[in-house]
Amino acid sequence: MKSFIEYIGSIFKGIWTLLIGMKVTGKYFFTPWKNVTQQYPENRDQLVMFERFRGEVIMTHNENNEHLCTGCGICEINCPNGSIEIISKSILTPDGKKKRIIDQHIYHLGMCTFCNLCVKACPTGAIVMGQKFEHAVWDRSLLTKVLNQPGSKIEEGVKE
Amino acid sequence: MSEIREIILNSDRLATDEYLVNMGPQHPSTHGVLRMLVRLEGEKVLNIEPHIGYIHSGIEKMCEAISYPQIIHLTDRMDYLSAHMNNEAVALCVEKALQVEVPDRVNYIRTIMDELSRLASHQLWWCVMGMDLGALTTFFYGLRDREKILDIFEETCGARLTVNYNLPGGVMFDIHPNFQKRVKDFVKYFRTKLPEYDQLLSGNVIFRERTSGIGYLSPADAIEYGVTGPSGRASGFSCDLRKHQPYSAYPLVKFNEILDHRCDTLARYEVRIKEMYESLSIIDQLIDNIPEGEYAVKMKGVIKLPEGEFFQRVETARGEFGVFVISDGKKNPYRVKFRSPGFSNLFALNKMAKGHKIADLVAIMSTLDLVIPDIDR
Ligand code: SF4
Ligand code: SF4
Repeated sequence: MKSFIEYIGSIFKGIWTLLIGMKVTGKYFFTPWKNVTQQYPENRDQLVMFERFRGEVIMTHNENNEHLCTGCGICEINCPNGSIEIISKSILTPDGKKKRIIDQHIYHLGMCTFCNLCVKACPTGAIVMGQKFEHAVWDRSLLTKVLNQPGSKIEEGVKE
Repeated sequence: MSEIREIILNSDRLATDEYLVNMGPQHPSTHGVLRMLVRLEGEKVLNIEPHIGYIHSGIEKMCEAISYPQIIHLTDRMDYLSAHMNNEAVALCVEKALQVEVPDRVNYIRTIMDELSRLASHQLWWCVMGMDLGALTTFFYGLRDREKILDIFEETCGARLTVNYNLPGGVMFDIHPNFQKRVKDFVKYFRTKLPEYDQLLSGNVIFRERTSGIGYLSPADAIEYGVTGPSGRASGFSCDLRKHQPYSAYPLVKFNEILDHRCDTLARYEVRIKEMYESLSIIDQLIDNIPEGEYAVKMKGVIKLPEGEFFQRVETARGEFGVFVISDGKKNPYRVKFRSPGFSNLFALNKMAKGHKIADLVAIMSTLDLVIPDIDR
């Protein structure tokens, strides 16, 4: 008899603890405006990423299509996995001196681990982290990007 | 009873056979690619043989080819839930080798970030633990609160999981102007939400029946197997490095080392829940007093360690994480060895789960809080 009472008691205790848990879930069930989920693809327009968010490496250009990259290659050395390739070329400056400038700043998005070391290391601040995070493409070759825009040149007065 | 058993064992037709079952590598309760060869008699577990190496990524070997700041970004990928602590271990090791003193501000920021990651890690562990035992609801509640911490990380560090926020000599950016306000809001918010965890899961009769008395790990075994972190402390093994070898700003804060002497699954569960309260109180003590100053000391462009051997350990959310660096004076190390808590904790599993049912094995495994890349690295 005693064990029977204990058995019944344990059932009620079980139901009681279940009700305590359901009090919590019930509270959120009846207050749906407190829910925290987002409707992702629909809320794209309102979605603002934090300014430091590391989405991709980009090179900033001003309105004259000029950038700050000197082609020094420091970012290439600092990248842990070879996501950056610097191809430089030498040109003749108007006063007759030879100068190496950037030809192509190649960035392999598919290999990048978004560690920020290249941005941190760049002496002129030519590259920054962009906020774009939707990077899916149909072809892997589209993930290899050239960061300096075609026809762009280095801004006047940037020191190496 | 024993007579019946004898008859059964002696009869040819009814003899029970032991059989081997592969649990994993693709099993939801292993939280990754871990394969366990389980020897069973009926439902009873006789022996467990963990087979690891499915996602071995050779991080230790890779470290030999890259420089120290680059090593830090690889440690994110080992125990990704304790990324801050792993980063900090390498940063502290390099600072120790070069005898660099970091500013107080760095120590404060690092400690707050450590505790936030510990909270995030324990939250994820809690919700996954409930899910392993069949309570899917907990999963959403845990992730809801974890999201707030990840937002704090994202705003200050720029990433949510693989943060890479520490550098030798400091941190990568100064804290964001909103940081203190956000953290304070979070602490206030989470103090009201943590009791919900207890109401949902801790007090539940089914949960308690399934966890109390299961998976006994004696203190002697915990020490023998090197089980550290909350799992070790639940066996009464006082192993909190934040207390015993304080680093960063831990000497300045008051907190309790949570110990439990029941040594079972429920004890490991409750130690983690109590640790969350301790983490909140540590953050409370630090967040208002972050001193002004530099957020990093200027280091050389190429960091070279002097010749020799250096070791630094920190307390991650899973236990003791150690970094051992042998340097031959070049810009990359000669050899790096990581002592990861998950590896040691995993191999005590056999001791704990022997003799229990296979369903208990899942419960025991979730309280060990395994992260597979931490084991395989
Ligand atoms: S991006 Fe910066 S570091 Fe890289 S080549 Fe250009 S100037 Fe040098
Ligand atoms: S963010 Fe890191 S991995 Fe990506 S290109 Fe820069 S240095 Fe390389």
